[in-house]
Amino acid sequence: MKVVVGLGSCGIAAGARKVYEELENQVNKLGMDIDLEITGCVGMCHLEPIVDIYDDEGRMERFVKVSGDKIVELVEKKLANEDDSTYRISSVDEEAIGKQVRIAIENCGIINPERLEEYIEKDGYKALEKCLKEMSQKDVIDEIRDSGLRGRGGAGFPTWFKWNAAMQEKNTPKFMVCNADEGDPGAFMDRSILEGDPHRLLEGMAIGAYAIGAEEGIIYVRAEYPLAIKRLDIAIKQARESGYLGKNIMGTGFNFDIRIKAGAGAFVCGEETALIASLEGERGMPRLKPPFPAQKGYWGQPTNINNVETFANVPWIIRKGGDAFAAYGTAQSKGTKVFALTGKIKKGGLVEVPMGMPIKEIIYGIGGGILNDKEFKAVQMGGPSGGCIPAFISDTTVDYESLGKVGAIMGSGGMVVMDESTCMVDMARFFLDFTRKESCGKCIHCRLGTKRMLEILERIVSGDGREGDIELLESLAVEVKDGSLCGLGQTAPNPVLSTIRYFRNEYEAHINEKKCPAKACKSLITYEIQDNCIGCGMCKRNCPVEAITGEPKLIHEIDQDICIKCGKCYEVCKFDAITIS
Amino acid sequence: MDCCGAKELKGHFLDEEVDLSLMDETLKKYKEVKGSLITILQYAQEIYGFLPMSVLEYISQETGIYSSQIYGVATFYTQFRLNPVGENLIMLCKGTACHVNGADGIEEAITEELGIKDGETTKDNVFTLNNVACLGCCSLSPVMMVNGETYGSLTPQKTKDILRELGKQTLEAKEGN
Repeated sequence: MKVVVGLGSCGIAAGARKVYEELENQVNKLGMDIDLEITGCVGMCHLEPIVDIYDDEGRMERFVKVSGDKIVELVEKKLANEDDSTYRISSVDEEAIGKQVRIAIENCGIINPERLEEYIEKDGYKALEKCLKEMSQKDVIDEIRDSGLRGRGGAGFPTWFKWNAAMQEKNTPKFMVCNADEGDPGAFMDRSILEGDPHRLLEGMAIGAYAIGAEEGIIYVRAEYPLAIKRLDIAIKQARESGYLGKNIMGTGFNFDIRIKAGAGAFVCGEETALIASLEGERGMPRLKPPFPAQKGYWGQPTNINNVETFANVPWIIRKGGDAFAAYGTAQSKGTKVFALTGKIKKGGLVEVPMGMPIKEIIYGIGGGILNDKEFKAVQMGGPSGGCIPAFISDTTVDYESLGKVGAIMGSGGMVVMDESTCMVDMARFFLDFTRKESCGKCIHCRLGTKRMLEILERIVSGDGREGDIELLESLAVEVKDGSLCGLGQTAPNPVLSTIRYFRNEYEAHINEKKCPAKACKSLITYEIQDNCIGCGMCKRNCPVEAITGEPKLIHEIDQDICIKCGKCYEVCKFDAITIS
Repeated sequence: MDCCGAKELKGHFLDEEVDLSLMDETLKKYKEVKGSLITILQYAQEIYGFLPMSVLEYISQETGIYSSQIYGVATFYTQFRLNPVGENLIMLCKGTACHVNGADGIEEAITEELGIKDGETTKDNVFTLNNVACLGCCSLSPVMMVNGETYGSLTPQKTKDILRELGKQTLEAKEGN
């Protein structure tokens, strides 16, 4: 019997490490007769810790939300052939996986990412072998062109086009760089691939390197992802030892090796030229293009940069053919895309679906709907560069073109769901606060424009909004877009523009009526105790500023001058006697 | 990035007596490798816990990179700190998913419990609070990471309990020594 514990960062945070350690203890000290393995994240973060138990015939049963205290009992029952369905995954959750099409994350949560053999068993490195032994550089690029694969990092530029440009450069050496600096807050698909299937990335990079004629690869990975770095490190060593990296790979004369460079935390380094500056040990500030990295990149040499998910699709495309990949998706957006479904959603996690699926289907069909069955208000796509899509157009499909039309972008695939209690003006403020901090400061419009926009949004949410602020925001937004060199500044106003476009009434309520319709902005709400108060004193005891008075068993009262609107009374009241207005 | 006024510059550095020779191995390995300034600074921070002024100057001497350039890089990236941190570094996630699910309330709870705000260290040097952009554990939001360990699905009360427990452990460890 084999027991597999999901040990991705999210699983570990949910307590999977303890589950693993309990079992390890049983195996090592008490001789429990099982094969204990680890795996990465299967994407169902809301069900972690997840344990898969395989019987001797290889049939798998999945158990979810298993606690460290209960795991030994569960495994012992399984060993004794007793049936125990307490922790078994529900059929609804199993179906949610069935609705997906897994290409980039097909091995995540299934194989042990620290074992090369398991990757090989899943046809690992076969695509690389096929490229090196049967295909020319041009054949590889043609196959990628036929697949219609576009960059999964944000801009959606055709991958084959970049590879072709780098291939045609005569200047050597060339470099193959992987952008694993996943900086979009709310997206974690790259982390999942790095932690769950690192060899997949190495193989994709090696194929790309062969196509463009590079011998050196660099993975620029966030320092905030220590587990990803550790597993990449293990994978690179294994690949070298087994001859998948290094000199004369598979006896074909192709040389390629990869090293890891840990980023130091700067969102702007997701931009190609900023990333190159950072690789060179400088401040990560973008420069004007052209020359494009394909002509002059790392140390002035031809360089190709792709995102983790893009590379993860490559081995599959080579193995199954570009047409097979292009069979999924829409006319312009081919294949699948991994989304990180988070926020006010019941079943958050990673989902990989064919392009062209309606947003509604992802949120309700796979994500199980809105947390606590509240009303679905909007979904933020594409992070700080993207936009909010309101519920009334949630039948918009996820592909580059449709999302662009409604004012959002695909981005790296972050999908943050918001319900009626989320204030859209505050959301815009949140994103502007982020881009203002992350602006590298090179372009004045981005550096100062985002700061001015943030100031306006801050005064709106604190009740000091003025007439004309909306128009001022709109005109500043256009100037910041026009006056910025790189994608960060060019897209920074998007969250503001899209919230104004769809939720202008919320802006107006804040400015004109000094009200926050979502009841989220502290300066614009008051807490009041209603007549159904039974005088239990719970709110009074918990108020940090002693703003609540009242005798036991009588209706209590909040002194609005003292109240700091922390919401503590609202949280602790068991009788719903406190309301927000 | 926030601009840093020249007047405040000196105030940024809390310089302690540090053993510069701890850097020698790293410098020997990387000083001839062009483009490795960030890597050198990462090692330095791992050794000293932060980047002391004297170490930055030492790196400048040994590598020939201008100290202004080193300061520029050290202040550009959020990973680098110019001041020491407490024994427990709290990284509170302020990513989108955490924001939507109440990260501000968690920050308030930390401030209530420890009396520190973003970037500050408690007087007893036990805790430092740093807000970070995203830890990539969005499904468990709100999330914080303390000393590399991730704590998810936080509530204000749960956060306080975790911090109390960690504070207790730190004190016990000190007394044990």
